[in-house]
Amino acid sequence: MNLKDETMTQTEASSEQQKSSESLTSLAAGALLRHRSGMVGLVITIIIIFMAIAAPKLKPYNELEMHAEDRFHAPSGDYYFGTDEFGRDIYSRILIGARNSLSVGVVSIAIASIIGVTVGLITGYESGIIDTLVMRFFDALLAFPAILLAIVIMAVMGTRRSDTNSFLSAINTTLPAFPAMLAIAVVNIPAFARLTRASVLTEKEKEYVEASRALGAKPARTIFSEILPNVMATLLVQVTVSIAGAILLESALSFLGLGIPLPAPSWGSMLSIGRGYMPFAPWYSIFPGLAITFLVMGLYLLGDGLRDVLDPRRQKLV
Amino acid sequence: MSDITKREVLIEVKDLKKHFPIMRGIFRKQVGAVRAVDGVSFNIHKGETLGLVGESGCGKSTTGRTILQLLEPTEGTVRFKGTDLTSLNSTELRKARRHMQMVFQDPYASLNPRMTVGSIVSEPLEVHNIGNKQERKEKVKDLLQLVGLNPYFVNRYPHEFSGGQRQRIGVARALATNPDFIVADEPISALDVSIQAQVVNLMDDLKSELGLTYLFIAHDLSMVRYISDRVAVMYLGKIVELSEKDNLYDHPLHPYTQALLSAIPLPDPEKEATRQRIVLEGSVPNPANPPSGCRFHTRCAYTTDICKKDDPEFRDMGTKGTPHWVACHHAEQFE
Repeated sequence: MNLKDETMTQTEASSEQQKSSESLTSLAAGALLRHRSGMVGLVITIIIIFMAIAAPKLKPYNELEMHAEDRFHAPSGDYYFGTDEFGRDIYSRILIGARNSLSVGVVSIAIASIIGVTVGLITGYESGIIDTLVMRFFDALLAFPAILLAIVIMAVMGTRRSDTNSFLSAINTTLPAFPAMLAIAVVNIPAFARLTRASVLTEKEKEYVEASRALGAKPARTIFSEILPNVMATLLVQVTVSIAGAILLESALSFLGLGIPLPAPSWGSMLSIGRGYMPFAPWYSIFPGLAITFLVMGLYLLGDGLRDVLDPRRQKLV
Repeated sequence: MSDITKREVLIEVKDLKKHFPIMRGIFRKQVGAVRAVDGVSFNIHKGETLGLVGESGCGKSTTGRTILQLLEPTEGTVRFKGTDLTSLNSTELRKARRHMQMVFQDPYASLNPRMTVGSIVSEPLEVHNIGNKQERKEKVKDLLQLVGLNPYFVNRYPHEFSGGQRQRIGVARALATNPDFIVADEPISALDVSIQAQVVNLMDDLKSELGLTYLFIAHDLSMVRYISDRVAVMYLGKIVELSEKDNLYDHPLHPYTQALLSAIPLPDPEKEATRQRIVLEGSVPNPANPPSGCRFHTRCAYTTDICKKDDPEFRDMGTKGTPHWVACHHAEQFE
């Protein structure tokens, strides 16, 4: 039996044994660190996330506190970004608004991706009549402009707390932004489902999927522990880009008065209200606008960087 | 070697057919079928290696996959230790898979790139609930050692290995549940020639060590002769000749087998230069519309009228207790 000898030749380089094993994930993380615009996006995003988390400590004033004597105060040492029509500090409101914007973006995309990815995985793997029906339904949803669909959903759900439905009103009191989150989630589900399904369709033809079936794995195991990790890269890019889109959509909804209920600060509603005072208090809408621009740009750059790093055609990982 | 056929039958394939429907139009009406496997019957005996050879697209891989029920057969039965696999429901079939495994052709595609070697090899154990976590870990290390890999490799990922090493991982995975039967679907055709011999030797050693039974699918005739006990030759969805390897390689009875064998390069350049080569005209006919009668008649040098009309019977022309099955009207004249 010469198997043992072969074992030795296979492993002759003992230094190779010491080398720590690199997963595809850690290789990709290393590549992202070398990706310039991706890193810029990551830094911007991290700074804004940090500011949102530390907002209660960072804000110089309570975001709801009015200073009647300082209405429309221009940016100064007291009020970094000036004040609004009630004399509230815009800087503090933007900090707290970052929490609202980010939480709406993250929560809505979390809901959308969990539902969309699950549906996409199952319909992609078990193609058939169900697959066709579900996908046509999502096609129909995609045919509506996102903002219109969100408005319809908001109109059905309602933004007021005086809901007759006790379940909805309970949610509304604890989490006022929930209707907006849900509306944005619904708008994003079809994109996740379609993207996942398309990726599954290419993955399931690969031999490792057949190998998993051949060794006796149940479909659920094949789908979730074999295929899902292999489509994660694509989904991760979609998640970052979708969060940016969700934040824009939340701003648009708040701009239209359908987002987070006033007087809670939201970048969209600040932009909307400030627009009326543009000629003599431009800072009122400029700073929320800049905040939206930076966060969305940061997320897009990050998403672009991830796409470059994770795309096997550009980066030879396998 | 002739005692092989006297051993217990492990796999009994009877009249196996796999047709892939061709759909057209918006109503997906079936307009025909690709007859990838069209009536194949053979037995595989315990402890035997049956080689299955043929051109690309003749249905070798489909036969292997249909036997393992990875593809649902259109017709026919596959008995494994007496149980008809085609009659099992999905749960029973999953349980039965423990005893029959597969080694795949492409070692780059058949290992999940996101899983470590350890989790790839232990997956069959997890799926079939064999042992606890610690026992599985030990078993994986034993398996890696068995296929000639360093057990320290458990935490590595497939992309860190060469093709030959990856194929060893694939073999280790197939062996994890101590199966009786392994379908090896061209396990060496994606490897360098220098590595092919290593993997074939490994599989041969494991066979005698663990008492395995193989269906070895390949198109490399010399490699098949080396590893197999018996060899079956496929052409366009049917088996045209089946016999013990020396018998088949030395006295081929089917014109197609003769043509295939004449294409094997000889190591002696003088013999190579002078020998007669049978060159087949044309290409393999469309399996969706196979020729009438004998499927080989369009390319055969010995075609007569009967070949165009009647499908030849798959009959035993063996002598001295060595079965030699062949499907040709004119087999007698080649004896």
